[in-house]
Amino acid sequence: MTITKRFWISLILSLPMLANMIMMPFGKMIPGGEWTQFILTTIIMLISARPFWQSGWASFTKHHSNMDTLVAIGTLTAYVYSIYAMATHQAVFFESAAFVTTFVLLGQVFEERMRNNASNAVEKLVDLQAKEAEVMRDGKLVKLPLEEVVEGDIIRVKPGEKVAVDGVITEGTSTIDESMVTGESMPVSKKAGDKVIGSTINSNGTFMFKAEKVGKDTMLSQIVDLVKKAQNSHAPIQNLTDKVSDIFVPVVLILAILTFMVWYVFLDASVANSLIFAVSVVVIACPCALGLATPTALMVGTGRSAKMGILIKNGEVLEAVNEIKAVVFDKTGTITVGKPEVTNIVGDEKAVLSVATGLEQSSEHPLASAIVKKAEAEKISTPKVADFQAIEGKGVQAVIDGKKSFVGNDKLLNDVSISDDLQKQVIKLQEEAKTVVFVGVEDQVIGLIAIQDAPKETSKEAIAALKSRGLRTVMLTGDNQRVAQAIADQVGIDEVIADVLPSEKADHVKALQQNEKVAFVGDGINDAPALTVADVGIAMGSGTDIAIESGGIVLVKNDLRDVDKALALSKKTFNRIRLNLFWAFIYNVLGIPVAAGIFYGLGVILSPELAGLAMAFSSLSVVTSSVLLNKAKISSKVETA
Amino acid sequence: MAKILVLIFGLLIIGFIVWWFFGKHEVAEVSADVTDDAQSIDVEVNGGYSPETVVLKKGIPATLNFTRKDKSSCLDRVVFSDFGINQELPINETEEIKIDTTKPGEYQWACGMDMFHGKLIIK
Repeated sequence: MTITKRFWISLILSLPMLANMIMMPFGKMIPGGEWTQFILTTIIMLISARPFWQSGWASFTKHHSNMDTLVAIGTLTAYVYSIYAMATHQAVFFESAAFVTTFVLLGQVFEERMRNNASNAVEKLVDLQAKEAEVMRDGKLVKLPLEEVVEGDIIRVKPGEKVAVDGVITEGTSTIDESMVTGESMPVSKKAGDKVIGSTINSNGTFMFKAEKVGKDTMLSQIVDLVKKAQNSHAPIQNLTDKVSDIFVPVVLILAILTFMVWYVFLDASVANSLIFAVSVVVIACPCALGLATPTALMVGTGRSAKMGILIKNGEVLEAVNEIKAVVFDKTGTITVGKPEVTNIVGDEKAVLSVATGLEQSSEHPLASAIVKKAEAEKISTPKVADFQAIEGKGVQAVIDGKKSFVGNDKLLNDVSISDDLQKQVIKLQEEAKTVVFVGVEDQVIGLIAIQDAPKETSKEAIAALKSRGLRTVMLTGDNQRVAQAIADQVGIDEVIADVLPSEKADHVKALQQNEKVAFVGDGINDAPALTVADVGIAMGSGTDIAIESGGIVLVKNDLRDVDKALALSKKTFNRIRLNLFWAFIYNVLGIPVAAGIFYGLGVILSPELAGLAMAFSSLSVVTSSVLLNKAKISSKVETA
Repeated sequence: MAKILVLIFGLLIIGFIVWWFFGKHEVAEVSADVTDDAQSIDVEVNGGYSPETVVLKKGIPATLNFTRKDKSSCLDRVVFSDFGINQELPINETEEIKIDTTKPGEYQWACGMDMFHGKLIIK
């Protein structure tokens, strides 16, 4: 029988007893008097309350106890005593047993609904998947169920259809609504060569794309996996409740026995009154509220943030966010767009570009690709290069046209000579937040290439929001101090650590951790160690798989403003957990003494019925408070995208 | 006289509760049945989990068959927090839960309210 049915039966059968209680002061009673009460309560006990006894007994035999143990002992004591009292013609309290059962079941009915509410956010995400796809097989387009789509398939997507899996557009253009995965509400326009994400909705164009990731590897599947793990993770704050829950019920039982003994033996109360106090103690204690406080809030909090494109990996991260005092950013790709462009060339433009592009041709460094791109735009042919050599952390050198040539950063300057005029230009360019690359032949700098990686439009706002939260902001970069400072001034960063080699990022984070808890925001492969070392690693979504793997928080949308939102959400969720735990503890700490009759002298007593009602609502209120987290206002200075 | 009896009797019950719930009691450890490429074990959910400690062999795909016989809503979900599993357990139905056994170690599982616990050992 379901809890709902058990509740209705017990409610309906309790109503006559309620009427009886109300009529009592007027000297009236329900027909049949005690016998009617006895029969009604017996039915409630047998049908509605019996599962409590079964569960209580089953766990007892395993040396365990749970809240069913308490409900079973409470109701059974009231019931059995009333039968004895009836036989010996004393006052009965059948209604206590009946009402307690009804209230406890009422609480469970609501609670079950709320708990399901809290946990179904993820299932909704899975439902987003397309069911079938139009796949090119043997030169023809055929409709196939999603499971049969394999890597490398060419798939057609028509307007209004869902993109089946992750891939790259091969032909056609369109705009795609990616909000369900990234939380980005504006549709994104896509052309050949752009990546598409499975389960997003194609709006106006028709396009073909090549499947790159299917099944478990798609972004949505990975997000679902991540969120599931997060929702069910253990927060360190729970360790306390784990300890309490182990001893909670036996301790309450002991308190109840002590209550009875004190009233009966030392305060000369009657057996009936002493028993009522003891039953109230058993019934009001609620271990469930304690147990539910953390998991339900964690579930709602992480589920809600996932919908906004912010994936919080587990409860530990959530807790760590609270102690963060400084946020450290990687520069390239995090604060800046990550697509550097050549802005100025000083010296003989052709000669400088020619040497530079020859040397940088095969490099994968972002600055190198900016130079190569510029050379292509200027239609400069690549010269023949021999004896190619990398100068660690400084640049590269090789022989071009029989002359030793080099390209590199200012660390090279110790080895080569540069004219005063060029030196002045360097400073001017660097103060404009441009990275300067030195190009030279035979130990003499012949020219400069200035490259700029502009800050993202949203960076300034994002950093202002973090600062208004009282956080210190720090930027880590391999760039020269002057360039880094110029960028930092543009976006409002407090502190700059420049000239950092990629391998040193984690060490710098560690050094900062000596004084305070630090969050690190980054995206590249070389950010992974720093993301892991930091107290909270925040990986930007455009980043590599490794970065996402190492981050504690993943921002799907690649919007720096989400850093503030992620922190706000984590804090909100963690505070809700703390609030829940506080109430659950206070409730038990205050409720039990009141039920035991400590304030009897002041006229404050709790009947078992009221105790049962209070208990039902304590766990219900905890779950409700967690579900309300879905509606709670997130105070972030940044605008909601 | 009656009061003294009540006092003695009450203290005896308290003693019993302490011994029964807090005393050391043996917990059965059960290893899964292993065939070449699979291992499985049945876990009954009734006032707790039996067996309460399950031992799995590393590297062999494992299935835990949970059957809930207890009507208590306390036990209507089983949560493996390290594996991201949160499975509803309909009453009297067997639910298969697949466990990834690639990483050896000790893992906890718990009911939805974190009141009952079980232990999973992968070695």
